[in-house]
Amino acid sequence: MRTIVLQFLVLCCLQLLTQAQVPSGQPSSGGSASQSVTTESQTERLTRLEAQVADAKSSADNSWMLTSSALVLMMTGPGLALFYCGLVRKKNVLATMMQSFAMMAIITVLWGLFSYSLAFGAGNSFIGGLHNVFLRGIGVQPDPDYSATIPQQTFMVYQLMFAIITPALITGAFAERMKFSAMALFLILWSIFVYDPMAHMVWGKGGLLNASLGGRFPTLDFAGGTVVHVTSGVSALVCATYLGKRLGYPKEAMPPHSVVLSFIGACLLWVGWFGFNAGSALASGGLATSAFVATHFGAAAAVIGWAGAEWIRNGKPSALGAISGAVAGLVAITPAAGFVSPMSALFIGLAAGIVCYLMVAKVKAIFGYDDSLDAFGVHGAGGTLGALLTGIFAAKAINPILKDAQGNVLPSGLLEGNAHQLLNQLVGVGIAWALAIVGTLLILKIVDSVIGLRVSPEHEIQGLDLSQHGEEGYYWEASTL
Amino acid sequence: MTKVEAVIQPSKLEAVKDALIEIGIDGMTVIEVRGHGRQKGHTEFYRGREYTVDLLPKVKLEIVLSDEMVEKAVQAIMNAARTGKIGDGKIFLSKVDEAIRIRNDERGVAAL
Repeated sequence: MRTIVLQFLVLCCLQLLTQAQVPSGQPSSGGSASQSVTTESQTERLTRLEAQVADAKSSADNSWMLTSSALVLMMTGPGLALFYCGLVRKKNVLATMMQSFAMMAIITVLWGLFSYSLAFGAGNSFIGGLHNVFLRGIGVQPDPDYSATIPQQTFMVYQLMFAIITPALITGAFAERMKFSAMALFLILWSIFVYDPMAHMVWGKGGLLNASLGGRFPTLDFAGGTVVHVTSGVSALVCATYLGKRLGYPKEAMPPHSVVLSFIGACLLWVGWFGFNAGSALASGGLATSAFVATHFGAAAAVIGWAGAEWIRNGKPSALGAISGAVAGLVAITPAAGFVSPMSALFIGLAAGIVCYLMVAKVKAIFGYDDSLDAFGVHGAGGTLGALLTGIFAAKAINPILKDAQGNVLPSGLLEGNAHQLLNQLVGVGIAWALAIVGTLLILKIVDSVIGLRVSPEHEIQGLDLSQHGEEGYYWEASTL
Repeated sequence: MTKVEAVIQPSKLEAVKDALIEIGIDGMTVIEVRGHGRQKGHTEFYRGREYTVDLLPKVKLEIVLSDEMVEKAVQAIMNAARTGKIGDGKIFLSKVDEAIRIRNDERGVAAL
């Protein structure tokens, strides 16, 4: 009696289960027909589960990528804006912030209209085409060339934040003496004719230097050592030389008016850089973690490098030196972030801290150029150093990016036995230098002849806040009422 | 009436104020200034560049007193502000032509 009751109960349970599994409206038959209903719904169930897993992966990747995009934007505003404005004299504080902020507005519009298409659209080895102008075809579907899991629009907006900060970096070279109108026109043209081609060559489909999409000279540049830092840093040097020194430089003392603001900016840059580097994994998995850790370690070691070098040379480690070291380390680790181990990151950071310190403290004085906020000393030199060290320290265990025709993973860097990669890195760096120098010189000449680059001496002495923007940064007069 | 101008170290301001209040002088003007006499400045480093700062922060007190109070005030200031090192500061005395209270147009010593 009990076994019959048990069997009956089992059958009832089976029926209930099969009814639950059947997706929509399929009649469940009892007893003998339940076997075939279970098999069908298992396949459907698997398909549904697979889709859900893919959705979950996409959700995880997309949420990280949107967060990263916000972090990178924060690097420009207020990170870079604060870092730079604290270093200039009080009379130029707002103008310096405005230069970065203007990029947030202007580059966004350019990007949407046609710059994204030029950088990341399909084209040739050097530049994209106009297929995606006005963001045609850039919707929520992923573009498998760039990322299989995140919407194309996420990729577009993430890349936009890079396009914003790169020209903003150059403003450090001509701080305190460039007309706002000339700066805007110059950086618009620079963004189109220098940034877009470089981004395309390294990251765009068909790009000459693209390591993941079969470029002719695959350059390992994880998050933009060449695209962002070398181009902007070298352009900065060209600008500083072309525009000439500030009135009174170097004899007049022009110390930073607020290292406090620069300090806050530098810390925001450090935190934001996790979006810059770890976000360049374009996914939220192990590679993002790897890049995150390498980024942080590189920054930390560079602080010690710069502050240590200062301590030895001047007898005291300065706060400005420490934060500058952090930025230098972050710059140098940018191309390496997703390719190197944490220990390699420590070495790269330490080297960058020391080398960039010497660039700023010694080399600048030797050559006498007025790179006001050390855009070349930190970004140009740090980016070049980092890109070359990437060729040495890149490890396939971290990121199996180089593969042969059969799909076997090849060694990445010099320490693994791939000496050739260092040559490719040199090609990438060389192209960045050449493009930056030629492009910047041409654009400077054009803008200079059309509207003139430098403010008048009277306006320079009065300060750019008043002469360019009609404002004062700090209105600390005794209260009128 | 005599104007007493005293340039002193900023860290001595509280002591000098207290000393003056103790002898019955509680009106004064205090200005933040920069300056130096024989005291050397210091060097600061920004991004590897050396800056010599030789205009040092000081505080200037201005008090206008009736002539018989002046020597007492000078002694009080000196005792409170002195450290014995270079950079202690200086006191200058000058004659004042007139003093006027804005509230009620009182003139002369009565206005002090």
